[in-house]
Amino acid sequence: MIRPDADVLLEIRGLHARVEDNAILKGVDLTLRAGEIHAVMGRNGSGKSTLSKVLAGHPAYTVTAGTVTYRGQNLLELSPEERARLGVFLGFQYPVEIPGVSNLEFLRVATNARRVQLGQEELDTFAFEDLVRERLKVVQMDPAFLDRSVNEGFSGGEKKRNEILQMALLEPLVAILDETDSGLDIDALRIVAAGVSQLATADTATLLITHYQRLLEAITPDFVHVMAAGRILRTGGRELALELEERGYDWVDQELAALELG
Amino acid sequence: MTTAASVGDLVSQPYKYGFVTDIETEKIAKGLSEDVVRLISSKKDEPAFLLDFRLRAYRQWLQMETPDWAALGYPTIDFQNIIYYAAPKQRDKKASLDEVDPKLLETFDKLGIPLSEQKRLTNVAVDAVFDSVSIATTYKEKLAEHGVIFCSISEAVKEHPELIERYLGTVVPSNDNYYSALNSAVFSDGSFVFIPKGVECPMELSTYFRINSGDTGQFERTLIVAEEGASVSYLEGCTAPMFDTNQLHAAVVELVVLDDASIKYSTVQNWYAGDEHGVGGIYNFVTKRGHCRGDRSKISWTQVETGSAITWKYPSCVLQGADSVGEFYSVALTNNYQQADTGSKMVHVGPRTRSTIVSKGISAGHSANSYRGLVQIGPKAVGARNYSQCDSMLIGDQAAANTYPYIRSQQPLASVEHEASTCRMSEDQLFYLQSRGIAFEEAVSMMVSGFCRDVFNQLPMEFAAEADKLLALKLEGSVG
Repeated sequence: MIRPDADVLLEIRGLHARVEDNAILKGVDLTLRAGEIHAVMGRNGSGKSTLSKVLAGHPAYTVTAGTVTYRGQNLLELSPEERARLGVFLGFQYPVEIPGVSNLEFLRVATNARRVQLGQEELDTFAFEDLVRERLKVVQMDPAFLDRSVNEGFSGGEKKRNEILQMALLEPLVAILDETDSGLDIDALRIVAAGVSQLATADTATLLITHYQRLLEAITPDFVHVMAAGRILRTGGRELALELEERGYDWVDQELAALELG
Repeated sequence: MTTAASVGDLVSQPYKYGFVTDIETEKIAKGLSEDVVRLISSKKDEPAFLLDFRLRAYRQWLQMETPDWAALGYPTIDFQNIIYYAAPKQRDKKASLDEVDPKLLETFDKLGIPLSEQKRLTNVAVDAVFDSVSIATTYKEKLAEHGVIFCSISEAVKEHPELIERYLGTVVPSNDNYYSALNSAVFSDGSFVFIPKGVECPMELSTYFRINSGDTGQFERTLIVAEEGASVSYLEGCTAPMFDTNQLHAAVVELVVLDDASIKYSTVQNWYAGDEHGVGGIYNFVTKRGHCRGDRSKISWTQVETGSAITWKYPSCVLQGADSVGEFYSVALTNNYQQADTGSKMVHVGPRTRSTIVSKGISAGHSANSYRGLVQIGPKAVGARNYSQCDSMLIGDQAAANTYPYIRSQQPLASVEHEASTCRMSEDQLFYLQSRGIAFEEAVSMMVSGFCRDVFNQLPMEFAAEADKLLALKLEGSVG
């Protein structure tokens, strides 16, 4: 839903970042307003995933230029945990397994960290169980997954549902979902997409990072950005996604080459 | 902040218990000789059998060589440069706590072990050992009502010499190894526990060992006997001040369980570990062994080893009684330049004996952490079973973890299982937890306590939370 007067939640300007000695982001500009759903599409290696990691504060990535402002605050100064508590959420492409750490306990600690930030009361184990059982419905997840270690032995689809469950509990204002559709079968994709749609409200912004347009059939984006060589090359509406689907990414290369020549 | 650096900072928290109590101490001259052994014995006014025991051990020790098979590196210990007896000056053993030097009570207060009537723990009886002597034991009278004897071993020598003579040295013979011989010659104090037939000890028993002097060795001796059908849960804790020299700690612990009896022995070892450059710290050479003498008897060792510059320790069980059970649950955490070579021996003698070993090693900084264990199945141990699980977690890229499992079976109808794993606490795991709003320190501690959960579950409830906190504190600054 596009409302030009809606609050700007996240503003990225001229963002450059590298990992070790490789420059990956080379000047990204992007503005997310409340109520908007954005999709960033692009080939592998275009810098999509790096963008998501940089926004979440992964220590392996170094920002070399540019600014990221989250609700008026310099996001880049904040630790990953501060970003999360303030309402920035990254749904991982490959959620890691953490043996020995109970999923339920992890979800509770994370939820309480966010609640404390919001000035809300921390939930004890009983109150949290009630909350988590209700939120499980968003992703139609079996409560048995709560008793296991974080992501340990989960299938690809279960891991992604667990990501969306975390999003449902943390109620972020900006949700960045990195290739949430990868590795999902049709049914799981439908469930995850329905969950994401349900959580996208007039107060939140969603950034979907995806390679394929099939996720966008389930979640309609307001904006589609095509990323290549660490920049956003083109921005359009959902028709841009369809065009990509039809023509493939080759024209992106041509456009990029033209740009570099020019 | 990289992961290696910040886990590094996490582990390098200042040692909380590093203070020295300023108290007048009676010490004997440095060095070890037959005269010193006689002097210790006479200071304690011991019966002849005990002096003989000490002298025999001393002569055996003279013939022995320091063990060199452990994966430990340290300079040769000069045994003539150690004081073998140090005691805070006070008149005899106090009849009541009110007469104990307030400085000593204050010391134990600071260590979180209040001894005074008003403040002491309600469900744990404590024997407090300061350098070479026990200064107080709480709840003695209450325990006596149940027939339970809980006192310092020096006191037991005086009050119950027949029990000491019957059991001392019967589980760990003085010539078992170099350090057990040394301990048998010069041991100063420690705890004695006797649970008579059919009695379930009504409270947790605990001994707290404190080294205070900088040039003194601590040689404690603990003996626990559970008669037929008796049971007890016992916990020991240890701390020491920070000195830039190394102190020797060589303890011997013996457990005896008769038919249907059980002893649960837990240790939270937090001796000073040396500084971040590996200077100072305790050399901890300990022999702990339990003897399941009776049928269906059970011994369970749980240890959380976080301190000491050097740890050399293998709590073991000799499973002689039919259907007896031995267990060993261990968490060993090393950081900076600490070295630990620790594990267990399970010696299956009787039929259908069972043993379980669960060992969790965490290595951070430049430390080295080795599991060394022996499972031995004798020819009569028909149907014996062992399960061993040894997991290592590495933090950073400078630490080492080793596993040395030895299995010897002379019985074809026995089953022995061994599983081992090594993992590294990864930056991506930490980032994942952080990206959900969990602070870095908490993320590390969640992962470490998750890794150790199987062992912490075995600790008495009062201490499980403490062990969790202790590990988190020890790791502060080590990931990152």
